Amino acid sequence: MTLKKLRASDKMKQIMAGYYMMGNQAEVNGWVTSGAPVELLYAMDIYPVYPENHGALIGAAKQGPYFSDFAEKRGFSRDLCSYARCDIGCVYAGTSPIGGLPKPTFLFACNNICNTVVKWYQVLSRIFKVPLFVLDTPFVRKELKESYVKYVHDQLYEFVDFLEKVTGRELSDSKLRETILNSIKGVNAYSEVLRMARHKPSPLTCFDAFINMAPIVCLRGTEYPIQFYAEMKEELEERVRKGEGAVDNEEIRLLWDNIPVWYRLKWFAEFFAERNACLVADTYTNAWTGFVSMDKSDIFWSMAETYTFIYLNIGLEHMAEAINRLIDFYDVDGVVIHSNRSCKPYSFGQYELQKMINAPSVVIEADMVDSRAFSEAQVETRLEAFLEMLR
Amino acid sequence: MITAGIDIGSLTAKCALMRDGELIAYKVIKVSPNLEETARKVFQETLKAAGIKEEEVEKIIATGYGRNKVGFADKRVTEISCHAKGALYFIPTTRTVVDIGGQDSKVIAIENGKVAEFVMNDKCAAGTGRFLEVMAAALNLKVEELGEVAEKAKRATKISSTCTVFAESEVISHLASGEKVEDIVAGIHEAIASRIAAMARRVKIEPDIVLTGGVAKNRAMKKALEKEFGMEIKTPPEPQIVGAVGAALFA
Repeated sequence: MTLKKLRASDKMKQIMAGYYMMGNQAEVNGWVTSGAPVELLYAMDIYPVYPENHGALIGAAKQGPYFSDFAEKRGFSRDLCSYARCDIGCVYAGTSPIGGLPKPTFLFACNNICNTVVKWYQVLSRIFKVPLFVLDTPFVRKELKESYVKYVHDQLYEFVDFLEKVTGRELSDSKLRETILNSIKGVNAYSEVLRMARHKPSPLTCFDAFINMAPIVCLRGTEYPIQFYAEMKEELEERVRKGEGAVDNEEIRLLWDNIPVWYRLKWFAEFFAERNACLVADTYTNAWTGFVSMDKSDIFWSMAETYTFIYLNIGLEHMAEAINRLIDFYDVDGVVIHSNRSCKPYSFGQYELQKMINAPSVVIEADMVDSRAFSEAQVETRLEAFLEMLR
Repeated sequence: MITAGIDIGSLTAKCALMRDGELIAYKVIKVSPNLEETARKVFQETLKAAGIKEEEVEKIIATGYGRNKVGFADKRVTEISCHAKGALYFIPTTRTVVDIGGQDSKVIAIENGKVAEFVMNDKCAAGTGRFLEVMAAALNLKVEELGEVAEKAKRATKISSTCTVFAESEVISHLASGEKVEDIVAGIHEAIASRIAAMARRVKIEPDIVLTGGVAKNRAMKKALEKEFGMEIKTPPEPQIVGAVGAALFA
């Protein structure tokens, strides 16, 4: 079984190699969480370091248990998020598959993705003896209240003060607007790539989306994602013109929920391709496609709204709505739900969600980075039975 | 047409031979570490019991967790689909299948003769045949004796741990504090039943509920489950071979 490869993936590797190299030269860098408003950093020429992306890289390199062990030996529980364990583990190990991350100037945690990041970054702050800023986003159970946005909005101003103090630089309004414009353009280009999966057969799988998501996460606000995703889209359009699907004889279209199982990406891709099933989309990469609003008069207000109302910071009804939109848009036959041992906010409520969504679904248990939580025979049986059921 | 269904589970291997959709012979043997060899053995023994030559069998379908190790099978189908089909063969009014196997348990909802939904236990031995085996060993009983012993109980000792390892030490401490063996055994059955019922509630449970898998032979287990579900549970005459029969019907 040979999987079809996108040329874009080679380009992506070059871009990301460049991104990591930039990190070693950067004068000032901040370690940030994946859902943090990175635009403020890029606008001040601060290099953002993404421990979560680094965690995914360690997972894909099948080094999760190895680096996690360095943290576990210091007493960090195996129940803790494997991104956190690997990140802290790499700090203690003094290395990683890419030789470790550059030492931070400061730390920036936004709890819109989970509350583990708060404690995780506090630990980092103690280890590196550098300042930490926590951006606290209230959980949006029902509606996004104005008071929530105001609360986050005010913190964004505090954060700018924090950045100016730490770096001795001043934030330029025009530079910020330019960065945000780039961010919106990048997000739009990325959304268009993902939307190509609407075609039948789909020219891409969610695995292609996972592999190529690093630029939108790490380089959002720069020019790189805009161009990269435009090129990727062209390649996908080429496939559509030729009527070529990412999977031969696409018979079943599926949606993936949760973070990928990084150390088994190829295994999953082959498993579904062999059975003429295509995972056309996923809830994870789609989390980076939403800019709620971008009101030009108050960009801080827009940022506060955008970063508060993100997929992992909303109630189950909102999540079900988002999934149902994807089910409908991509016209999928079923949903594969990854119950991720590491990611509690993402995995919480999945059995409830099953009842709230408009397609049949199956739950498989695994972990995004820690392969010790993966049982091949169990996952295989559940997925095979699910496909038998859908046929 | 003669077809064979071979179900390689974690503890036992089953083979069923069907002629034009009618069961003509079956065998159940213990699984050895070499699954291909086990599959051959159970197949040969069943052929012998039926007095049929291998060449006469037109299609062989493998199922169970060892299905991919049965190299001589024509097709492989998961135990979910096979248990549903097999249960319908024995009890055509089946709407819900509860299968308690050696290393996993599952609940399957059937609509219009097809699998509509299913759930399986998570990565844990609680609520499986393995749980019963571990408890039997802790109590110095054979697993086959558990049902009988439980039926002698006047009351059921509460086993609060769902984890197999913790429940085992709980059982040992109950023994040490003088609880009667039969009461503890009854408590073990209740613990499994409540675990299975919790899982089953994730799908739509409709009568008839059919219990399959080796554990279905245990009458106390059936009773404990009926109490949990608040519904009568039916068992096929040979609950262990339901998956194999279903497989043979997939030819």
